[in-house]
Amino acid sequence: MNDRIIFEDVSKFYGEVLGVNRISLSIPPGITTLVGPNGSGKTTIMNLMTGLVQPSHGHISVLGLSPGDQTELFSILGYCTQFDSFPRGLTGWQFVLDGLMLHGMEKDLAADLAAQAIDRVQLGDAAGRKIAGYSKGMRQKIRLAQAIAHHPRVLVLDEPLNGLDPMARAELTALFQELGRQGMHVLISSHILDEVDRISDRVILITGGYLIAEGNIHQVRKEVHEKPMQVLIRCDHPEVLAAKMFAINHCVEARLHADGKGVFLRTADIDQFYSMLNGIAADGLVKIDAVAPADDDASAIYQYLIGTDGSPS
Amino acid sequence: MTQTKLADRARNLAQQPWGLWWMQAQRLTRIELRRNLFSWKAAWIYCLAFIPTVIILIHTLFNSHQSFAMSEDTNVLAGIVQLYYIRLGIFFGCLGIFSRLIRGEMIERSLHFYLLSPVRREVLLLAKFAAGSISAVFLFGSAVAADFALMYAGFGAAAARDYIFNGPGLGQLEAYLPIVVLACLGYGAVFLLLSMMFRNPTPAAMLVLGWETINPVLPSLLQKISVASYLRHLMPVSVSSDGIFALLTVETEPVSGWAATAGLLALIAIVLTYSCYRIRKLEIRYSTE
Repeated sequence: MNDRIIFEDVSKFYGEVLGVNRISLSIPPGITTLVGPNGSGKTTIMNLMTGLVQPSHGHISVLGLSPGDQTELFSILGYCTQFDSFPRGLTGWQFVLDGLMLHGMEKDLAADLAAQAIDRVQLGDAAGRKIAGYSKGMRQKIRLAQAIAHHPRVLVLDEPLNGLDPMARAELTALFQELGRQGMHVLISSHILDEVDRISDRVILITGGYLIAEGNIHQVRKEVHEKPMQVLIRCDHPEVLAAKMFAINHCVEARLHADGKGVFLRTADIDQFYSMLNGIAADGLVKIDAVAPADDDASAIYQYLIGTDGSPS
Repeated sequence: MTQTKLADRARNLAQQPWGLWWMQAQRLTRIELRRNLFSWKAAWIYCLAFIPTVIILIHTLFNSHQSFAMSEDTNVLAGIVQLYYIRLGIFFGCLGIFSRLIRGEMIERSLHFYLLSPVRREVLLLAKFAAGSISAVFLFGSAVAADFALMYAGFGAAAARDYIFNGPGLGQLEAYLPIVVLACLGYGAVFLLLSMMFRNPTPAAMLVLGWETINPVLPSLLQKISVASYLRHLMPVSVSSDGIFALLTVETEPVSGWAATAGLLALIAIVLTYSCYRIRKLEIRYSTE
């Protein structure tokens, strides 16, 4: 069985409205983040993958399966949608258990898996309560529990961090990382770019239904040539470092950090920049404490490519 | 060549996971039944089913029952089944139950949970249809049985027992119950399809009601596209009416009970097959609901 999620020249039109246009992707295992503003086509891509909508053109396969093969596809795929609604009258436990029972499992096995999934999202105490009484964060968690309960190989998460408090976000981010490390395909769409940034193996940038860029986030950043990369260097004499870097004519912009203990430098050639920096550090002219890319994240890349920061409009 | 193709198709069919589909259908039906029967939203359908029962109960308790009135009560019961249950109670009850199965879940934005489960969409649709049918048959079948029992209870145990077991009573009940079953299946299939075709199936249901009403005076070919026309041929007691009700009880060309049943089952099968095709193509776009 193929281990990739493949979109071949996929387009989707809702009547005359464009959903996505001529998208081609080949997504390997690991954590992949779909980044784009509202209405950019993120949910359409996820819905196409899972057969909730059908492509107007092109072909999709998920680990070799067509989205139309429900029985096989949903045995290996879990989808946590952003629709914040549930079948009426169910408790969290019933919701997860009903989903598992439809896989054809014995009740004991389904109950074990439901308990594991509910524990994993730390909702054990509330599982017996009606979902109608849950907070938004709890509803988000119980949807996630249902999506992961059958141990899928592909997990699709549409805005999974929405409505969660910082603690819950951290817990779920750690869970996604763990699932990604286990070799699962985890496809996440999110507006909370700084949080998904840290865990993504690759990013797919999309706007207005068009694919803008895809790949490893650092590689994508390097390819944005017209925006030189910005690096923050923490050191004891930032003004000296800035002057030195300008003197060797390698920087295009320098800005002192607000606390005066660092400098943001912008360079067109990051590899040569680091080698120069090593030379300066070796000379002992400046004591360098830390070096970190300052715009090597999805938010910055998005801003450079699209002209917005990708946050909801 | 054709034989090889047929053999391939038969082998292919035999290889399908029928056992899994059957188990999934049973479990889905159970989930749906829980929601159909034990929900406050279903209260009005209970009322629709049991209003005649309450009226007959009052009649039984407060009116005197002379043995010569038994045939009159038999006609009244036949009228209740034909004019109330078939034309109104089961019609609107099924509209409520079956249009909720797919369209109701789209309005509540919960259908995607089923479409994201490892269940073939056809199995999902047929399981929902089965659950809706069981709910409707349970409600309206028990209501008609209760009406029947109460209608004759007022005549005293001995007279009622004699009419039911030694007279035509049991035969009439044995005819009414399959009529209720067929009415629930027929209207259920139609409203399930309408709920997938239209965002609001009620106007289309009103057209169906109009069609069913004028159907007896249509050419015999068009009469075959009607639930009530088949059921009319299965009625054990013919109801004669005057005025506007006469239109509802028009005698059409005679058809045997078996032919009427087979015709209605064929109509249901055609509607369900087309519904299966529609659900295959169904897309989840709640924003347009």
